[in-house]
Amino acid sequence: MINFLRLKWVYFSVSAALLVLSAYSLFFNRLKPSIDFTGGSFWEFRFSQEVTKEDLTAFFNDYGFAFNQLKSNDGFLYVVSAPPLEQSDKQPLQLAIEEKFGQIQEHRFETLGPNVGKELLFKTVTAVCSTTILILFYLAWRLKNLLYGLGAILGMLHDSFILLGVFSWLGKFWGVQIDTLFVTAVLTTLSFSVHDTVVIYNSVQEEVKKSGGSLIDSINFALNRTIIRSINNSLTIIFMLLALVLLGGGTIRWFVVALLVGTILGTYSSTFLATPLLLELNKIFKLKK
Amino acid sequence: MARVRLYFTTANFFLFALICAISLGVKFLLYLFMKAKNRYLLLAITLISLVCLIIDLPRFHLNVPFGEKFKINQDFGGYNLDFTLFGKRIFRNLSIRQGLDLKGGLQVIYEADVSSLKEEYRSQALESLRENINHRVDLYGVSEPSIQTSRSGNSYRLIVELPGVEDIDRALEMIGQTANLEFKRQSQELLDYQEKLSNQSETQEELLGFSGEYFVDSGLTGADLAKSVVSFDQQTGKPEVGFEMTPSGGQKLEALTKEIQGQPLAIFLDGQILSAPVVQAVIKDQGRITGNFSLQEAKDLVIQLNAGALPVPVTKISQQNIGATLGGDSVERSLAAGVIGLSLVAFFMFVYYGRLGFLADIGLLVYGLITLALYKLIPVTVTLAGMTGFILSIGMAVDSNILIFERIREELAKETPLNMALKLGFGRGWDDIKDANVCTLIACFVLFNPFDWSFLNTSGLVRGFALTLALGVLVSLFTGVVVTRTLVRVFYRK
Repeated sequence: MINFLRLKWVYFSVSAALLVLSAYSLFFNRLKPSIDFTGGSFWEFRFSQEVTKEDLTAFFNDYGFAFNQLKSNDGFLYVVSAPPLEQSDKQPLQLAIEEKFGQIQEHRFETLGPNVGKELLFKTVTAVCSTTILILFYLAWRLKNLLYGLGAILGMLHDSFILLGVFSWLGKFWGVQIDTLFVTAVLTTLSFSVHDTVVIYNSVQEEVKKSGGSLIDSINFALNRTIIRSINNSLTIIFMLLALVLLGGGTIRWFVVALLVGTILGTYSSTFLATPLLLELNKIFKLKK
Repeated sequence: MARVRLYFTTANFFLFALICAISLGVKFLLYLFMKAKNRYLLLAITLISLVCLIIDLPRFHLNVPFGEKFKINQDFGGYNLDFTLFGKRIFRNLSIRQGLDLKGGLQVIYEADVSSLKEEYRSQALESLRENINHRVDLYGVSEPSIQTSRSGNSYRLIVELPGVEDIDRALEMIGQTANLEFKRQSQELLDYQEKLSNQSETQEELLGFSGEYFVDSGLTGADLAKSVVSFDQQTGKPEVGFEMTPSGGQKLEALTKEIQGQPLAIFLDGQILSAPVVQAVIKDQGRITGNFSLQEAKDLVIQLNAGALPVPVTKISQQNIGATLGGDSVERSLAAGVIGLSLVAFFMFVYYGRLGFLADIGLLVYGLITLALYKLIPVTVTLAGMTGFILSIGMAVDSNILIFERIREELAKETPLNMALKLGFGRGWDDIKDANVCTLIACFVLFNPFDWSFLNTSGLVRGFALTLALGVLVSLFTGVVVTRTLVRVFYRK
C-alpha cells in the first residue's frame, strides 16, 4: 500500500502554487470577455484571394469602419471584431470589400447588444452559485457529514478558480476569450470535480465503518483503492476530449480545452487535495471542540 | 435584479418531463433487470439494440448480385415513423435534426416593445407575436424553423432560428417589419387649403407653406384585408399586390370611396407612403396596391399582409448568421474525433481489462446505438456543443464499468470465488455510480434550465450541451450496469 498522506505537504504546496499563479494572472492579466459579455460584432469571412492585413486595415480606415481587432493567420480567413454593427451598415461594407478585394464567403456573423452581455454575467454568477449550493446540499445529505461536504466543495472551488486562472494566461498569450460556452465548461467542471471526490469519500466512509481504524489509515486505504479507477476514468474522458481538441471544429476548440483542463484538475484535486484536506479539516475541527 | 418567475415554454418543459420519465424508466428497468433471468435479459438487450439499429440506420442503397435467383437491389435505412393509431395518422420524420451552427442559417433575437401594454397583457402579446412571426416564416418557406419566446427580467424576447436561410437581408426585413398597413385620406385642412388655392381669393402670404397634416386615418387598415396576392399591372407588367377585403372591410371601403371619389387614397406601410392612387370609382371588395415594387418586395409584402401586422413593434438585440460550409466541415471533423476517441477508449478498455474490457466495449456499442436512437426519437437538435456533450458522455459511459471492474479485481485478489466477486463488484459499484452521476445531473439541470427561470441561461447552445450530457449519463447507467452485467454473467468464465 502506498502511503499517499506522507506527501500531503507536497500536494498542498502544488495547489497553493497553482492558486497563487491563477490569482496573480486573474488580477494582472484578467479574463478577456468575448462579445457574449461585452456586446459587439464578430465577423468571420474568407477571401478567394490573399489579402494582407495592412491592406484590409487601410481599407477599413478609409471606409470609416471602426473595428476593435482584425485577425488572420493565412491572409484568407479573417476574423473581425467591432462595436455592434447593424445589418444595414454591414451590407454596404461587405459590398465595398468585395468590390475592392473580390468575392468573400461569410462563415459567421454575430452581433449582440451590450445589455445582453451584462445579463449573461449576472446569469453566470447565479448559475455557478446555484450549482454549488445544490451540490453542497446533495453531498451533505448523501455523506451525512458537513466536513465531507466542505472538503468536496473546497476541492471544487480550487478547480474552478485554477481553470479561470489558466484561461487568463491563455488570454494573455493566445488572446483566448471567455464566452457562454466557457461558462458551460466551468459548470461542467464543478460537477466533474465532485464526481471523483464522492467516490473516494464513499470509500473512506465505508472503510471507517468496516475497520473502525483511524481516519488516516482509512483515507490511505481508500486512496489506494480508488486511484486506478480515478486515473482510468479520467483517461477515457481525456482520450475523447484530446481527439476533439486535435480534430474538432475551431468554434468549440477552447470550450473543449476548458473541459479538458477541468477534467485533469478534477482528477488531481479529488485524490491529492480534497482527500488529504479531509484529514486537516478533521484535525482543525477536533482541536476546536 | 431580475425578478424570479415561474415561466416556462411548453417545449422545454415537455423535454424536461421526458428526461424525468426516462430516468424513472431507467430506474424501473434496473429494478426489473436485477430480478430477471440472464437469458431473458440477453434477449431483451438484443431486441432493444436491434430496434435502435433500425432507427439509427441512415439511408443507403444496397446492390448485391448473388446470382440470377437471389438479388438485393434496394434502399435501406432512413426510416420514418408512419402508422395509423385509432384512425389517426402519426408521422414523424426520423432524421437527425441539425442545429444552426451545423446547418448554417440565421438566428435573431428580438425584444418586443411592450411598454405601452399593461403588465397582464404582456405575455399574451408576446405569444401572439410568436404566432404571427411563425405564420410569416411558414409563408416564407423555411424548413424546421424554431421560434421561441423568452423572458429575462422585464425584457420580453423572441428567439427566431431559421436554418438554411441564405438571403439574410430579405429574411430580416420580412420578419422584423411591423407591416402595419394603413389607408389614409386627405385631411380636411389640406382640402380647405387646396380650395383656397383654386379660389385664389386669399393673399399671397397665406398661400405659402402648408403646415398641417396631409393625410389622416380613414379607419381602414391591413386588418380589413382578407387575402392578398402578387399580381402584375396589365399595362406596364410591373409587380403589384392585389387584395380582397373582409365583408366588414368591404363595407368600409365602399363607404369611403363613395365619399372621396376623385381624391387620392394614400396607402402607408409602417408610416411610409407606398402609393396614393386617385379614387376613380366606388370600390367594394377588392383592389390593388401599386408602388415601385420589385417582384421580391411584392412577394414579401404579400406574406406580411397575409400574416397580419405584428401586435407590438420589435427591435433586434442580437443576430447571428452562420455559413453552411463551416457547419459541414465541423460535422465531419467532430465525427472523426468521435470515432478516433471511441476506438482509443475501446482499445484501452480491452488492453487494461482483457475480456471484461471487451464486454464493456460491447456495452459501449449498445450505448451508442440507444443514444443515437433517442436523439432521433425525442428529437434532439444537434449542435456542435451538443456533439461535444455526446462525445464527452462516451468517455464517461465506461466510468461505471471501470468502477465495477476495479471492485471485482479487488475481490478476486482476496480470492473470493468468481460468482461472489461479480456479485459484490456490481452491487457495491452501483452505489458509487449513482452518487457520482447525480452531481453531473445537477449541473445539467442548471444548464438546461427547464423552467426557463429568468435568472439562468436560456442559450440554445448551452441547452443542447446539457441535454446531450444528461441523456448520455442516463443511458450509460443502463448500459454500464445492466448490459455489461448481463454480458459478463453469460459470457465471462475464468
